[in-house]
Amino acid sequence: MAHVEKTGAVLVVGGGIAGIQAALDLADSGFLVHLVEQEAQIGGVMAQLDKTFPTNDCAMCVISPKLVEAGRHLNIDLHTRSRVTGITGEAGQFSVTLEEQARFVDLDKCTSCGECAKVCPVTVPNRFDQELGSRKAIYKLYPQGMPGAWAIDKRSVAPCKATCPAHVSIQGFIALMQQGKYAEALKLFKQEHPFPGSCGRVCHHPCESVCTRGDADQPLAIQYLHRFLADLDFEQESPWLPEIQEKREEKVAVVGSGPAGLTAAYYLAQKGYQVTVYEKLPVKGGMMAVGIPEYRLPKAELEKEIAVIEALGVTIETGVAFGKDITLDSLKKDGFSAVFMATGLHGSRALGVKGEDLKGIQKGTTFLRDAALGKAEKLTGKTIVIGGGNVAVDVSLTARRLGCDDVTMVCLEKRDEMPAWDYEIEEAIEEKVNIVNSKGPLRFYGNDDGRVVEVAFQECTSVFDENGRFNPQYDDCQLTSCEVDNVIVAIGQTGETDFARDQGISLTRPGGYEADPVTLQTPIDWVFAGGDAFYGPKSVVDAVASGKTAAESIHRFINGLDLAEGREKSWDYDKPEITEVPNVPRVQAEKLPVSQREGNFREVTQALAKELIDREAARCLSCGICSECYQCVEVCLAGAVDHAMTTRTVSLDVGAVILAPGFKAFDPSELAQLNYAGNPNVVTSLEFERILSASGPFQGHLVRPSDLREPEKIAWLQCVGSRDENPCSHGYCSSVCCMIAAKQTVIAKEHSSGPLETTVFFMDMRTHGKDFERYYQRAEQEKGVRFIRSRVHTVETDADQNPVLKYVTEEGGLETETFDMVVLSVGLETTEQTRELAENLGIDINAHGFAGTSDLSPVAASRSGIFVCGVFQGPKDIPQSVMEASAAAAGAAAELAPARGSLTRTRELPPEQDFSGQMPRVGVFVCNCGINIGGVADVPAVREFARTLPHVVHVEDNLFTCSQDTQDKMKQVILEHGINRVVVASCSPRTHEPLFQETIREAGLNKYLFEMANIRDQNTWVHMNNPDQATAKAKDLVAMAVARANCAEPLYQIPLSVERSLLVVGGGVAGMTAALSAARQGYPVTLVEREDTLGGVAGHLLTTVQGEPVAPFVLNLVETLSKDERVQMYKNSEVLETTGVLGNFTTRIMTRADDGKPVAVTVRHGATILATGGKESVPDDYAYGRHPRVYTHLDLNRAMAEPGHGIHGAKTVVFIQCVGSRNDQRPYCSRICCTVSIKKALMLKQEHPDMDIYILYRDIRTYGLKEDLYTEARKKGILFIRYEPEAPPEITTPEGPDPSSRDLTLQVTVKERILKMDVAISADAVVLASAVLPHENRELFELFKVPVNADGFLNEAHAKLRPVDFASEGIFLAGLAHYPKSLDETIAQAQAAVARASVILSRDHILVGGVVAENIHPEQCARCLVCVRNCPYGVPRIKEGHAWIDPALCHGCGICAAECPAKILTLHHFTDRQLTEKSHALFA
Amino acid sequence: MPDINTSEAAFEPRIIGFCCKFCAYAAADLAGSMRISYPASVKIIQVPCTGRIDMIHILKPIEDGADGVMIAGCLEGECHFLQGNLKARSRVEAVRRILAQIGMEPDRVAMFNLSSAMGPKFAEITAQMTDRIRQLGPSPVGEAGKKSRNAA
Repeated sequence: MAHVEKTGAVLVVGGGIAGIQAALDLADSGFLVHLVEQEAQIGGVMAQLDKTFPTNDCAMCVISPKLVEAGRHLNIDLHTRSRVTGITGEAGQFSVTLEEQARFVDLDKCTSCGECAKVCPVTVPNRFDQELGSRKAIYKLYPQGMPGAWAIDKRSVAPCKATCPAHVSIQGFIALMQQGKYAEALKLFKQEHPFPGSCGRVCHHPCESVCTRGDADQPLAIQYLHRFLADLDFEQESPWLPEIQEKREEKVAVVGSGPAGLTAAYYLAQKGYQVTVYEKLPVKGGMMAVGIPEYRLPKAELEKEIAVIEALGVTIETGVAFGKDITLDSLKKDGFSAVFMATGLHGSRALGVKGEDLKGIQKGTTFLRDAALGKAEKLTGKTIVIGGGNVAVDVSLTARRLGCDDVTMVCLEKRDEMPAWDYEIEEAIEEKVNIVNSKGPLRFYGNDDGRVVEVAFQECTSVFDENGRFNPQYDDCQLTSCEVDNVIVAIGQTGETDFARDQGISLTRPGGYEADPVTLQTPIDWVFAGGDAFYGPKSVVDAVASGKTAAESIHRFINGLDLAEGREKSWDYDKPEITEVPNVPRVQAEKLPVSQREGNFREVTQALAKELIDREAARCLSCGICSECYQCVEVCLAGAVDHAMTTRTVSLDVGAVILAPGFKAFDPSELAQLNYAGNPNVVTSLEFERILSASGPFQGHLVRPSDLREPEKIAWLQCVGSRDENPCSHGYCSSVCCMIAAKQTVIAKEHSSGPLETTVFFMDMRTHGKDFERYYQRAEQEKGVRFIRSRVHTVETDADQNPVLKYVTEEGGLETETFDMVVLSVGLETTEQTRELAENLGIDINAHGFAGTSDLSPVAASRSGIFVCGVFQGPKDIPQSVMEASAAAAGAAAELAPARGSLTRTRELPPEQDFSGQMPRVGVFVCNCGINIGGVADVPAVREFARTLPHVVHVEDNLFTCSQDTQDKMKQVILEHGINRVVVASCSPRTHEPLFQETIREAGLNKYLFEMANIRDQNTWVHMNNPDQATAKAKDLVAMAVARANCAEPLYQIPLSVERSLLVVGGGVAGMTAALSAARQGYPVTLVEREDTLGGVAGHLLTTVQGEPVAPFVLNLVETLSKDERVQMYKNSEVLETTGVLGNFTTRIMTRADDGKPVAVTVRHGATILATGGKESVPDDYAYGRHPRVYTHLDLNRAMAEPGHGIHGAKTVVFIQCVGSRNDQRPYCSRICCTVSIKKALMLKQEHPDMDIYILYRDIRTYGLKEDLYTEARKKGILFIRYEPEAPPEITTPEGPDPSSRDLTLQVTVKERILKMDVAISADAVVLASAVLPHENRELFELFKVPVNADGFLNEAHAKLRPVDFASEGIFLAGLAHYPKSLDETIAQAQAAVARASVILSRDHILVGGVVAENIHPEQCARCLVCVRNCPYGVPRIKEGHAWIDPALCHGCGICAAECPAKILTLHHFTDRQLTEKSHALFA
Repeated sequence: MPDINTSEAAFEPRIIGFCCKFCAYAAADLAGSMRISYPASVKIIQVPCTGRIDMIHILKPIEDGADGVMIAGCLEGECHFLQGNLKARSRVEAVRRILAQIGMEPDRVAMFNLSSAMGPKFAEITAQMTDRIRQLGPSPVGEAGKKSRNAA
């Protein structure tokens, strides 16, 4: 095999508990881990749970230390909001591509203070709370989430903002308006656009045409909203004025005071430039002033907005003509650094027909300009306006206002082709303007005075050619003519740019300026050009956009920056899906009555009242989610928010991949009969978790969503989206829902203030895990939970929104029952994204959408080097997920063993200074946390108070103590002032103590010389309404912290070398798998087996659940191990004695020498795995052992393997389940027997299709994908009959059976519940599914000091998150000794145990000590054994005549120190003195 | 939750709160994240486990004049060190008996259990404890101390 260089890094996909566990195991054993999570925070579904079964532990308590550990781990790189898009290479050397969605918040700068969320105007449903509550668009998934930084949800840019040429944050200003923040809204608008009022009157609002609301009813009246803002602003004494950044000397000239020129001036002035605008006309505003008639945009309103620009220091000189009064040369001479040409299009296009020069024929732009300047004469007689655009309408309506009562618009286009906006045409018609379509002027006729009197028109047959180009065709046979007094030609604008040509400014062929379309720079580098004069006639908002572009370019030009870099931004947008948007009609503005418009230029469209404006603003659908109102940017003093972040593509080199993408809960809304969508009191089990959670939407108060009333009666419906082929297409069992329901019934009762009735409707109660059956029994018998065996198909709703259930009982009765709430126990399913991920990575998934794996390598995906774990591997609970995660880590580590340690990082630290014998010199750093602390408590006062405290030599306060620059400064200050104790008064030590400890350690201080005062989370955040109390309490907390710091002592951890080898006790599949897995990771292994053969119970198995033959697998394991020189095997051997601590155990083994004589050997090892296995119980009933045709499963295996055995000729076989399990003697479920019986039944049926097979059962527990077997069995005609434990099946044997007799038929009688009668079956064979027992190993377990439960199974350290660890460190467990489990589960657990052991074995040494207990006065020890009795871990021992606590074993709880009567045991860092000084300081 | 800030009693109790690192202290932080306001009377001392808390740690503050001491640990059965909170409970009971013997109100010392997800509960017990101490009035030890200090 070619040698492949391995990459010592692993990609872990999925930041749920499985991903976290895999990441930690690997990072703790020498690998760099990239942990990829699609959400903004890791934690997955477990973080959403309230309690965990079967211990009822708080899920958050259990997971949050793991979150912090993973979040801060030096060798775990978190990639949040990311997904894997591709992979190349092979096992050992993959290259992976990630797509990392922008977070919009800088991970390093965010201090998690949450000020941003307070100002965020956008409220969205809280996904973490299953949408039972809401949160803001800027959010942290949940308070304890890691990484701590917030994130912003965006759905691209909102369509309105994307489409607005000026890209005004339209959704943003509307969101602010919804909150009544009109001033902020105006400011936001004016950040992008200086004319909210003018554009609020004249804009053609392309934003409205894309408004999503338009897809539902009508688009938002966006224009009116910003007009309102502008009007409101100008009602104030001093309207809002943008801030001017630092004043600059550079001068910029703008030629033309239209919207483009003024906009450029507006932005340049804000950047501090000296801007002069030159205007040829006597008025300011360009076309806004002289092209748009006053009745649409009143001069006064425009002037107000221009005045704001002037107030910024912009000088506008009117009556100055470029090329005449000023030139490029003169500007240069006057010291201008740049010029912006924005001269507009003030000429009119000519018709080019005869008689066009006659008197009485005017040009449209001239006419409007004259009208605007008050120079227009009163118009009388018949006026014909030629043109069909908006300008023509403006001209017509202006003509009407100038007194003409006979105005006719004539245009080439048909009515529906007219370029004018519909509402403009309607306005024209309203004001009695005649419109004549499809006619073009042929020539004008004049009278003797040279004045026009008649126009001849020809019929226009088409305006555009097939390519849509303007190419009018006429029918010159159809001529008309009419008499006329005035003609105004308004068929388009042209530039009057001769002055430019004279100045050497180049023009393009159509007549516009030549300039770069992105930067607007002309060939003359300091001259820029924009607006209509550059791109042709457009609108005010387009001109604004152009002016903004010019301002940015000119700024870059003056500063010598790259003009083009980063300029071309994509403005693609996605619209949200809209369903159920209530129809709310758009507001309509009042218009000036037509009768009042005649003869005057009063504004036609009236402003909207505030109520209407508010109603309109409320119609916004928040398409972009984040509205980009930038309030968060303003309040974030840490400067962490960055809306310009974009999606990144990241490439990573890794040697292996672990997939733990998890699942989503089944969405029951598609099951209409369950009424989930229609009744708020029908909730999913995950929603119910959030309801129960103290940090959930109802703060843990058990209330129902519809009316927040406490329910008195709740029903749980099982198997929603599980065990249901149709319509859910989920034939599998989700494995966890039965226990979730049992747990929820119990917890709900605890949460309920009154009595709560709980009922669970189920098909089979599947409580197959360790201690699950007991939980179920307790729920039913002690807690009074009602369990009803029935599948409820319909949930109706009564008038009070109470769910009404109709169900059929097992006895056949139809019942109707009303509940206050219904919880749907929804199943687990893989997501579309996960299936995509599988496809991207090229791994198989099975028919149910889970990863395809084999039972004999349960965590290996179909592609080498890729591993899977958690629910993606198949539906399962947390401990099983955690086990698989560790197993996957072991798989990856075995793959990459040669590269261990090649990419991991270590911290380089300076030597620690020795302060012994010196007085304390305390430095106190008080944090403002932006305004989180300083905005409530008087931080300077706290700081000055700290100065008065004993031994304080330095005090200071900082804006953010955790920021990198403060950390650097802190290190300096420590050295400068000789500080030997540090106190930080800021947030919580839970999140920040490690950070500050690192900092002081980098300054040479021992990390225990640090103390924190939590003056934020436990002070200013909770006393924000009482600043005085907050200040006083902050002082108290600082005084207490300083007091403790004054008696802080350095602590040192001692390195202990590690014996890097493993001892495995037990040679079954668990032990052998562990041995092999460890050897593959490169560790020497000692394997001890009591028997003379290896293989344990697996040696008697036929196939796995999926049908893989077991014998060759076991044989191969044995062979591989015996060939592996790293593995030392001791068969026929037993452990005699074991001593030592993790990393350094010594074990004596009694074995046999080659000559067969007993001999003891001693092995040294760093970790131990106990895999002592289990066995099948021997039934004492059902005639077992008395009749030859009553078998156990192992008997049956032997019989089936024997070709001529009688079982092959049996006609009828009966399986009896739960023989010896789930009874008083063994109140646990043996987990595997249902599956095994069904598997065997199917094998028999396969061989002998005519065989009648009965399975007598209590609950069928084919959990997970094993359900497929049950389905298949029923399809194949295997009969299932349920019995009650009170009426077990009975077996009668033929009297005095004669073994030689041919008739050995057994009679099996069982009470059939539906028929309510006894069923008698004549059976040729009866198979008893007898209980699984652990091997009896009491002495061995005592040697290793490991605990067992009441059933004799080994007890793991924690039922959920430490399923293969023991509480005493360095010892691990796997296999049947832990609990009954299938072969695949055993293999995974064995591999997991190796991953856990590897955390120790991968190191040269481990550090012990620190915060541990110690006997500091051994000579005073009375050996009273109080410590020995009280230590929960059995650590204290009597050594050399006194109590001794091994620092390697101590967990640091301090119970012994509290109990020690002589007070000679102490817990370091929490000494009596340190604790009492701390409280004493409060009263000093 | 009673609004103690408007209570007529001007007396602001001074209470020491021992909180275990894993549950109670984390719950107090969560109350902060959730911005749940509660009385400022309790000053928290973090301990690795309530099992660390010795009777002397409770009695010393009482001697110093504390009006109350509250001990808050994990839910029973959920101690991160298996039994620490149970040990603490028995010591708290012992301290309460001592207080009764010397004629002080045992209710000045109380033990609470909560999980790290119970931010609202933390605020609740703080208010409850403050209320209780306020009803009991200032510690006689504290008052006596003050008088003797003033006399000196």
